[in-house]
Order: sequence, then C-alpha cells, then structure tokens
Amino acid sequence: MKTTLILTTALVGAGFAAAAQEVNVVSWGGAYSVSQVEAYNKPFTEKTGIKVNMIDADNPASPLKAQVEAGNITGDVFDIEVSDAIRLCDEGALVEINPDDLPPAPDGTPAKDDFVPGALRECAVANIVWGTVIAYDTTKFPDGQPTLAADFFNLEKFPGKRGLPKNAKRTLYLALIADGVPAGEIYEKLATPEGVAQAFAKLDTIKDSVVWWEAGAQPPQLLADGEVTMATVYNGRIFDAIVSEGKPFDVIWDGQYMDLDMFAIPKGSPNPEAAMEYLKFATDTQRLADQAMYISYGPSRKSSAALVGMYKDGKTAMAPHMPTNPANIVNAVLDDPEFWADHDVELNEQFNAWLAN
Amino acid sequence: MTDATAMLTTNDGQPLKAALARSQRRARRNALLLVAPLFLFVLITFVIPIGQMLSQSVYNNNFSVAAPNLGAWFDDHPQGSEIDETAFAALVADLQYMKEEKLSGSAGTRINYDISGSRSLFTGSARKVDDLTPPYAISVPALDEKWTDPNLWRAMRSASSPLTGDFYLAALDLTRDEAGVIVQVEPRQRVYKMLFGRTLMLSALITGICLVLAFPIAHLLATLPLAKSNLLMILVLLPFWTSLLVRTTSWIVLLQQQGVVNSLLVSLGIIGDDGRIQMIYNQMGTIIAMTHILLPFMVLPLYSVMRPIPPSYVRAARSLGASSWTAFRRIYLPQTVPGMAAGALLVFILSVGYYITPALVGGADGQLISNLIAFHMQKSLNWSLAAALAGLLLFGVLVLYWLYDKLVGIDNLKLG
Repeated sequence: MKTTLILTTALVGAGFAAAAQEVNVVSWGGAYSVSQVEAYNKPFTEKTGIKVNMIDADNPASPLKAQVEAGNITGDVFDIEVSDAIRLCDEGALVEINPDDLPPAPDGTPAKDDFVPGALRECAVANIVWGTVIAYDTTKFPDGQPTLAADFFNLEKFPGKRGLPKNAKRTLYLALIADGVPAGEIYEKLATPEGVAQAFAKLDTIKDSVVWWEAGAQPPQLLADGEVTMATVYNGRIFDAIVSEGKPFDVIWDGQYMDLDMFAIPKGSPNPEAAMEYLKFATDTQRLADQAMYISYGPSRKSSAALVGMYKDGKTAMAPHMPTNPANIVNAVLDDPEFWADHDVELNEQFNAWLAN
Repeated sequence: MTDATAMLTTNDGQPLKAALARSQRRARRNALLLVAPLFLFVLITFVIPIGQMLSQSVYNNNFSVAAPNLGAWFDDHPQGSEIDETAFAALVADLQYMKEEKLSGSAGTRINYDISGSRSLFTGSARKVDDLTPPYAISVPALDEKWTDPNLWRAMRSASSPLTGDFYLAALDLTRDEAGVIVQVEPRQRVYKMLFGRTLMLSALITGICLVLAFPIAHLLATLPLAKSNLLMILVLLPFWTSLLVRTTSWIVLLQQQGVVNSLLVSLGIIGDDGRIQMIYNQMGTIIAMTHILLPFMVLPLYSVMRPIPPSYVRAARSLGASSWTAFRRIYLPQTVPGMAAGALLVFILSVGYYITPALVGGADGQLISNLIAFHMQKSLNWSLAAALAGLLLFGVLVLYWLYDKLVGIDNLKLG
C-alpha cells in the first residue's frame, strides 16, 4: 500500500518537476473545479504569470494524507473540509496562516473581520460556504407558503411527508431551531442532555412523517416524485433543480446549516511562495465573488456578497441563492467541527436508538 | 504368510509397500499442489482480512501506545486506588508525549467512544501541557475539571490495555460504571440488542415468505414440459441477473406513495387519494424488496431437488389409496426437504447480513444490524465496534448453523 502511494505520488510529482513559476492546486473536480479555474486560476496567471495546475481528486484530503505519509508533497494548495484541516493542522502537517497576511476588504476592513465566523483557522482559509437548507414544493401549499424552520414541523398547516438526512448532525439542530432556540445557542443546548431530549421530543412530532435520505441526490428526487412536500437539501443541488431543471421548488433559509470548504498548504510543498500568493489571491473579495457566477456556493467573505453578479446563464441573479447572502444568514447555524469531534459518537448513538425504536 | 508379504517386491527390487507408499505420497502432494492456489486465494482474500478485522474487536491500542506512563501507573495501582499526584504526573508526562508524537487526537478518540467530550479534552490539554506546573493534582484539574471525573479514569484504565472486551460490551448495550461493574447503558442509548433481534426475526420471516412463494414455482418448473419450464426458468433468472440496485430502486418506484401501486389502487377506487398506503421506507419495504431479491436463492435449490423426483411415486401412493394431500405430505414433501433446507439456509444467512436494500427502502424501522455495522465502518470510523458487532453476528449465524446441523443434518443439504 505504502509503496504504491509513494510510487503514484512520485509519478504525479515527476510531471511538475520542471518549471519554477507554477502552483499545483488539488480540488474536488466537476463543476466546482471549473468554477475555481474560471474565477481564481485564469486571473491569477494573468496577473502574476504563475501557471496553475488544477488537479482533481474525489476528496483532496486523501491525496494530501497520502503525500504527507509518503513524505513526498507534490501539491501546493489543497481544497479540503474543515474537519480535515483541523486534524491535519493538529498533526503538524499544514503551514500556519496569519490572518494579517490576507488582503483586506476593498473598504479596508481587515481580513480577520471580513471573513464569516469560523472561516479563518490556524492553518486554513475558507473559500466557500455551502448550506443545508429546507426546500419545499410550491405547488403543494396553495393557501400560503412556509417561511420558517418551524413550518417544517407544522404538519397541520403544511401537510405532507418530510425528507431528512439520516444522521444526528443535520437533524438535531433543525429541531432546536424550530423549537425556538436561537442559532447561536444550538451547540450549548446540544451539549446538555436536556437540550438533546428537547431536540428528540421535537423530532418525535414528525417522526411518522419523515422519509430518511442518505445521499445528497435523494431529496430533490423525493420532492420531484411528490413523495415529500418539504425536505432539507444541500443548497447547490436544489439550486440546480430550480434554475437548471425549472422545478417548482423554493428554499427556506431560516435555520440553514453552513459548512465551509478551505484552502490549506502542506508543509514542504514544492512551491510554497507561489502557493501562499495563490491562496491570498483566490480568497480576496473579488475572486470569491466571481466564483459565485459558476456555482451557487457562497463566498466566505462578507465584503464579497455585494459583488456577486449573475449566474452563467446571464439572467439569474446569484445573490439570493448564496448561503452567505445577508438575508439568508439571519438564523444560520455554523458547522462546529470541534463540537462534532466530541459529541458525534454519543449523539449518533442516541439518534440511531431513537430511529430504531 | 508374513514372510511372503515381506518378500513382495517391485521389478527393480524395492519392497512393494515402500513403493506404494511413495507413489501415494506423490499423488497426495500433487493433489495438494492443485488445491494450493485456491487455498492461498481463500487465505489471502478471506481468512486473513476477516481475521484481522475481527481481531480489532478485542484489540485497540490507540490509547495504550499514546499513554505508556498511565499504563504503568494503572499496573501499579489497582482499581479503586486514589487518583493522586503520581497519577496526574503520569498523565502530564503522557500528554507531553502525545503532543510530541501528535497522538492526542487518536488517544482522545478512543476514550471518546466511552465518554463523550473527551476528544477535545485530550487535544486541548495536550496543546497546553507546557503551561502545567507541579503539583499536577492541582494544575491539571485547574486546566479542565473533567480530569477529576472518576468515570474518565475508569475509561482510561480500561483503554490502557490494548486487549479489551469493551467493544463487545458496547455491542450488547452494556458498559461499565465508575467501579468497573458491568451495567446496561441508558435506555435512550440501547439499540444493538433490539436490532439483533429484529434482524433475526425479519430474516426468519423473509425466509418463510420465500419458502411459501418459491415452493409452487419450483414445483411448476419441475413438472412442466422442458420447453415451457425453460421459459419460466428464464423469468426466474432474469431478475437474478439484474443489478441489485436497479431492482431495489424499481421497488421504490412501484411502492412509494405517489408510485405505481398506490396510483393504481386510487384509480380503481379501492383507496382514497389521501389514504395512500405507506409501503416503502419502513419495515414492509424491507420485507417486500428483500423477499423479491432473495427468491431465486430459494427457487433454484428447490427446483434442482424436485426435478429428479419421479412422478410415479406420487401416482403409486394415489393408486394405493392415499388422498392427494396424504400423497403430497408423506411422499412428495419429505423428498424435497434437502432443497428446502438448502434454500432456507441460503436465504436466511444472506438476509442476516443484508445491507444495501434496508438502507435504501428501510426507512427508520426497517434498518438491520448490518446498517449499523456499515455506519461504524464508514461514518463514525469506530472499526472496533463494527468488528465486535460483526463478530457477534458471525457467532449467531454459526450457532444457528450448528442448530441446523443438529435438527436437519448438514448432509441433507442439497444445492443442486
């Protein structure tokens, strides 16, 4: 196993051995990588002359771990999840990033005040925010549309089945929000047995009407089939269903759950200066706003929100679809990887027991 | 006589007995060489990985390698000893070690299985360990008072030896209290025993339904003229050759509330539009989809046993005055027992380990124990618990197999 890793990383590395002025960015592929090539890489090369090599991975944290393990780092910048960023930072594998080095917002706000909470970590900087939101079928509620997370739990006024993911992390918070707990107090509540009991009691009220989903592709399908009238979905997926497929769905942003994707630089990368240049450039206000033109994930800087323009189809304004749009984060829960590292086991055990009984 | 035997030799003068033994030895060795590839294949791809996996259920050294000093302290101080300065000093030395070796995360995760919230306790304390000054019995609790929790020390003691039964306890909804006595976990966390029970019950039910459904089909297949029975056989085999996922999702299309079956019932006026039946995303969905998917495993062994039963036996019984029921019960049915036994064993064992179908159509109450094993393998990454659950499942199946052998006899098994 290890030799294969060394071998593959060595082979990949051989491809980049020559030129000095370049940077290797490892990202998630698909439409997401395309958005980064268009919004970050092309203008970066234009401005600095440094060539950007975009490398796709199913989850960039996997090649990062392999390269660290093999002691042969070939990527310079990795686009990874927060939990991986924290863990790899704990293990000493990532370069520390000083928020003061990052460019300020156009109005002069320093970076550390400009980024959304949790976006600046010891060794990583967030580039996008994605949300888990409630979506509903607008044709099912002719007498008035739902607007709040609490409506998700109101089966009388808004009849029909509900789609929820089958895990503790993305269900308990919603129950508490719907029960009137402010977004900022969710984790405090979930850390106490009473808070957890309150969340389960709220979930009990709709338990018989829930269709549980496991993969992100399921909820838009359940909505399209008429199997559920409301479901929580990943905002990129539902944007696609609404804008690209023209489905009659709408989104409730109240009580959205926000996750971040981050850029990190491993220690011992081949082009550390170019990597830091790239990271600073790609996470500036304009670049983050530009990315939203290609995909409905939100910029991690507050100052980018005002610059977000149209979708690539030229007629859909992206701002209202951004998880970071000021109107959309009024009551948003931010993912807390530290909390979940501690409580994942216990809460999922209880969730599984609750589900099975 | 003995002399005569002793003098028997081959043409070149060797004793016959030795020559015979040698040639037999060669034959045995050749036979061994022929099975060696298969033997190695099974060993490498089956026995070793499964053995390795199962060994994880009793062996987890994530904490013990990270905390050698605590391990030594626990060895010197039996259960119930006071947590004194020496204990805290050992803890601080280990935290120091964890910080240097970047082990606090994995050590904390191991304790976190037992006591929620301890992962950050370890990573956080390891980060700040350099600020600690003696006496540690005061400075460590000042850093985080969780360190004085006797239950935490009980969990660390238990984890400080890599060989542990903790995961089997957890797999049976048991845990240890502060004094180390085995107790049941809180009711809101009990899930595994119930799921084991449900898995066995549903598997038995599915086996029963398969048997009832497959018996007439197999009989028809066995008695029809060959041309027709071959056609029927293709109908049995066609779904068998179709992807499992396709079949499962087809059932979703058929059975969901806005699906084909419900819409048909509504248009026929049997049920109202608001009375659509919930047939999927619950136990019923699991039973229907699994029965369909496993049916060929029952039909095929039954068919292969029924095919060679001469129809003249039943005719002879009838001509001797037996009613058709008696002839069936006393002549035909006993001859099909090996097929029934094989089919039932196959279907039961397959359904005990079934995972993807209940995950897709089982909703909340149609989940089986394998879904939680998958959860611990893929999501919670608690492989030791997954291995313990799988070990218990394997043990249960072996017990049933043994019972089966006692009751039916494994020699009676006929797969075709």
